[in-house]
Amino acid sequence: MFPAGFDYHAPNSLAEAVQLMGNLGPDAKVLAGGHSLLPMMKLRFAQPSHLVDLRRIAELRGIRQVGDEIHIGAMTTEHELLHSPLLADKVPLLVEGAGWIADPQVRYKGTIGGDISHGDPGNDHPALMLALDASFVLRGAQGERTVKADGFFLGVYSTQLEPGEILTQVRVPIPAPGTGWSYQKLKRKTGDFATAAAAVLLQMKGGNVATVSIALTNAGPTALKASGAEASLLGKPLDEAALDEAARQAMAICEPTPDLRGDVAYKVAMAGEMTRRALQAAHARTGQA
Amino acid sequence: MANTHEVAFKLNGKDVQVSVVPRELLIHTLRDRLAHTGPHVGCETSHCGACTVDLDGMSVKSCTVLTVQCDGAELFTVEGLQQAGELHAIQQAFHEEHALQCGYCTPGMLIRAWRLLQETPEPTEQDIRYGLAGNLCRCTGYQNIVKAVQSAARKVADHKVAAQAPSA
Ligand SMILES: Cc1cc2nc3c(=O)[nH]c(=O)nc-3n(C[C@H](O)[C@H](O)[C@H](O)COP(=O)(O)OP(=O)(O)OC[C@H]3O[C@@H](n4cnc5c(N)ncnc54)[C@H](O)[C@@H]3O)c2cc1C
Ligand code: FES
Ligand code: FES
Repeated sequence: MFPAGFDYHAPNSLAEAVQLMGNLGPDAKVLAGGHSLLPMMKLRFAQPSHLVDLRRIAELRGIRQVGDEIHIGAMTTEHELLHSPLLADKVPLLVEGAGWIADPQVRYKGTIGGDISHGDPGNDHPALMLALDASFVLRGAQGERTVKADGFFLGVYSTQLEPGEILTQVRVPIPAPGTGWSYQKLKRKTGDFATAAAAVLLQMKGGNVATVSIALTNAGPTALKASGAEASLLGKPLDEAALDEAARQAMAICEPTPDLRGDVAYKVAMAGEMTRRALQAAHARTGQA
Repeated sequence: MANTHEVAFKLNGKDVQVSVVPRELLIHTLRDRLAHTGPHVGCETSHCGACTVDLDGMSVKSCTVLTVQCDGAELFTVEGLQQAGELHAIQQAFHEEHALQCGYCTPGMLIRAWRLLQETPEPTEQDIRYGLAGNLCRCTGYQNIVKAVQSAARKVADHKVAAQAPSA
């Protein structure tokens, strides 16, 4: 199973990579960890005529705190996310999410930037990014722009990335102390994509929900922000009735594609169940359960 | 299109150089050009782990890595595990615990287990199951494989063997 032929480029700097992508035209693709792109190329679902490998570009790596945000280079791998003490301290939701992705070998190669750019509704980072209210720094021949995760994902394999543009950095606001978090993912086996998954951030105040953020993986053509479910919870205690209503509201926005993981009704039900479990687990971690 | 690239890397401690077109996958370079047939082709779809090798401190599925991506890299395969003609502690443990039947998955299991023990010298059963989750075995089930890795960890702790990199 060989990919079709292509030319390979490995620039040493981001400026060089951006210039190459601009010059090579729409048939060029960037290569990050390669664990979505190369399988697609082997199956001939993708046949780019040029690959621009980002592996030599040091400025695309690393996890650091800048003010009240965490900045993560697009080429940072799942393995690095999983073992980052800074993330464990400041954004544990991302660490938990990375731990659910694929298997060890894939996590050594797969990058946060590739997972986000690929636009696969089965990928886990998009929902994590929506829940965290992250933003993405995109660099192209025209310059740099920063866009919100909410609105970035347009459809299956479709994002706001313009041809030639490179996602360089992910910016995640650090959740306030006392914020509970959880990523609940149902999958058939290790390495599988989610049947359904839910990411939750939650703050309680005086026994009531003060802020809540909920996003769903693989429940529609893109990751989904469950705004109705969020609104239904605000200002109320997180009791059984509230959980039922939130799960119902989350299920109402789901439009999953039936496949080997289940039919539509089952996937929708599981999205509701993951929402409920993630809310409960996040609640327990607020320290105010 | 498809111009060739000279790619140089270290394979089990030895410098090697190959001339490849960009679409050549690492597994084929290792098996067909460099006669390292330890890494096996199982699924070709990045799922089974039979093709696992160690690339710059990472376990990777060599069916999903381009050889051109390995210029300047340090690679280890199962062939590099033996130490001066002796089986490595991990190989001994797989033998003693009967952690294989047909052996097809075994080279990938061994080199992955080696990296796991570098990172987690005293793994729990859960660490081992999570750490080897990218390697499928169609024959044995995983019980003896888990026992073998536990036993290898003890051997290493006792004799300090796998603390070193595999030798050429
Ligand atoms: C067996 C297996 C199981 C998997 N399971 C999961 C899972 O459970 N959850 C999950 O989320 N993922 C899963 N994946 C996907 C894996 O995490 C991928 O590595 C990831 O989706 C893509 O990241 P990458 O760095 O490998 O990107 P690549 O494959 O290199 O690139 C993917 C796409 O994004 C583009 N791209 C990459 N980086 C950038 C950038 N910085 N700017 C612009 N465009 C870019 C590429 O051009 C390409 O179109 C699995 C993969 C495999 C093989
Ligand atoms: S052959 Fe590479 S993962 Fe199966
Ligand atoms: S021993 Fe046969 S596949 Fe594992």
